[in-house]
Amino acid sequence: MAEQTILGLDPSRIPDILTATWETLLMVGWAVLGILAFGIPLGVLLVVTDTGGILENRPLNRVLGFLVNLGRSFPFIILLVALVPVTRRVMGTTIGLRGAVFPLIVAAIPFMGRQVESALREVDRGLIEAALAMGATPGQVIVRVLLREALPGLIRGTTIMIISLIGYSAMAGAVGGGGLGDLAIRYGYMRFETPVMIATLIILVIMVQLIQWLGDWLARLLDRR
Amino acid sequence: MIRVENLTKVYTTPDGRQIRALDGVSLHVRRGEIFGVIGPSGAGKSSLIRCINLLERPTSGSIQVDGKEMTRLSGPELRRERRQIGMIFQHFNLFWSRTVAENVAFPLEIAGWPREKIRRRVAELLELVGLTDKARAYPAQLSGGQKQRVGIARALAAEPKVLLSDEATSALDPETTDQILALLRRINRELGLTILLITHQMEVVKAICDSVAVMSQGRVLEAGPVLELASRPGSHLGRMLLPSWNGLTPSPGSSLVALTFAGQVALEPVVTRVARDHGMDINILAGELDAFGSVPVGRLLVELPRVGEELQAVLADLSARGVRWEVVARG
Ligand SMILES: Nc1ncnc2c1ncn2[C@@H]1O[C@H](COP(=O)(O)OP(=O)(O)OP(=O)(O)O)[C@@H](O)[C@H]1O
Ligand SMILES: [Mg+2]
Repeated sequence: MAEQTILGLDPSRIPDILTATWETLLMVGWAVLGILAFGIPLGVLLVVTDTGGILENRPLNRVLGFLVNLGRSFPFIILLVALVPVTRRVMGTTIGLRGAVFPLIVAAIPFMGRQVESALREVDRGLIEAALAMGATPGQVIVRVLLREALPGLIRGTTIMIISLIGYSAMAGAVGGGGLGDLAIRYGYMRFETPVMIATLIILVIMVQLIQWLGDWLARLLDRR
Repeated sequence: MIRVENLTKVYTTPDGRQIRALDGVSLHVRRGEIFGVIGPSGAGKSSLIRCINLLERPTSGSIQVDGKEMTRLSGPELRRERRQIGMIFQHFNLFWSRTVAENVAFPLEIAGWPREKIRRRVAELLELVGLTDKARAYPAQLSGGQKQRVGIARALAAEPKVLLSDEATSALDPETTDQILALLRRINRELGLTILLITHQMEVVKAICDSVAVMSQGRVLEAGPVLELASRPGSHLGRMLLPSWNGLTPSPGSSLVALTFAGQVALEPVVTRVARDHGMDINILAGELDAFGSVPVGRLLVELPRVGEELQAVLADLSARGVRWEVVARG
């Protein structure tokens, strides 16, 4: 045990904590990009292929809905393990940042798809009809009406997604991805260094608060209703 | 300009019931006129107007806009045609995330106009509807009447041949309604734009329509120039416009006659002249003076102390003076 401590925390642990924080940010950041890249198109498809949608396609809608529900019903920890062979094929490794980001993305796409879907459903049908009556193509309706009008809702949905992702990233980290979750388990759980555990918790709380605040602020700024 | 023939629209509800919203509707909207469709709730008015630009696909029948058969167009052709047909809505349907100017620019953006040309056209339109100072405001900051003026500017942006209006004034108070109607009238006159509007407000028909169709239960009951329909004895429009004369009975030896004076006659003392010429007293039981656009229309219910051939002579005289009549009851 070190003699000098900051509120009980051994200063020699600080570089590890900073590294872990950075790893978490990287993991979450890359995952968010991947999740948005797939989650937004998925949410759009769920809406436009539904009955009465601008590209109505009942069979496709049913299949997508089923897959999304299937994905969401898997506990993350099981998905994480089950995906190991796929992760290895796609990312070339199952550990480190690359190994952790892949299952995070896969696990969160269905969730994000639903968030996007519910944001898009808030857009008044009348606006879509007005655009169609003006001669808009389905693509123009999606980009210039649906996504644009739903932007505040999309930001709120993304905020919720990022916050749950931070929690999941701790789990992914613990199975070899590094980051704050990994750190908390290695020091806090396995070596009973409670101060390290508390420090990681404080950092996580600050992250969550900041993201929520930023998301709320941005959504309110862009909401012109 | 718009020719609808034998149009039928059957909706199938999720539980498999069939609803015949339009049942063989035909009408003809002439170039440059304001054509109103009036009828009670559920008559099929919205279905009709939504079929014209194919927001709703007709079950059968034909729709021609400026000679083009709408029901046979391919996707891209239909979109091109829709750019020629402006539409305004009861609830305005403005894009909340866009400023007034950006709303008006929307149809031009999707049609691929260059930026500078859009900017000029938008300025022109805002000037037309009197909203130049609101260009940067968002719809949520506008009153109902201002919102509808943005809707109108947006509908006119791509220089359409036809404007469709689905209850454009139904969500507005009477004063704002008058302003919007005046604007539509002005646009119709100045730009020569053909307007098809649907409404359940007789005020709208009276104020600005040249022609009208009366709809009920998916059918057109009657259609024609407003003045002619209003003064045609026994017309649905006439009945909707006027107090009902039911329950009155004439004294023996006299007849109850409803008189309609349209245009200049409404302002002339025809009744007293006829009374004098025929040496009789005319008893006026009810009456009103109304205006269609700028044309005055008077309606009177009178009791004439005449029956049989003597009555016919008076009626012939009335006809000769340009008064339309309907014998309501004979004593
Ligand atoms: N999408 C739909 N699915 C099923 N039925 C419909 C649909 N749209 C309209 N209807 C039915 O068709 C009939 C005509 O409706 P429509 O909206 O055309 O009437 P309207 O004259 O515009 O009435 P209102 O004055 O209330 O707007 C009604 O019985 C209505 O319930
Ligand atoms: Mg309607």
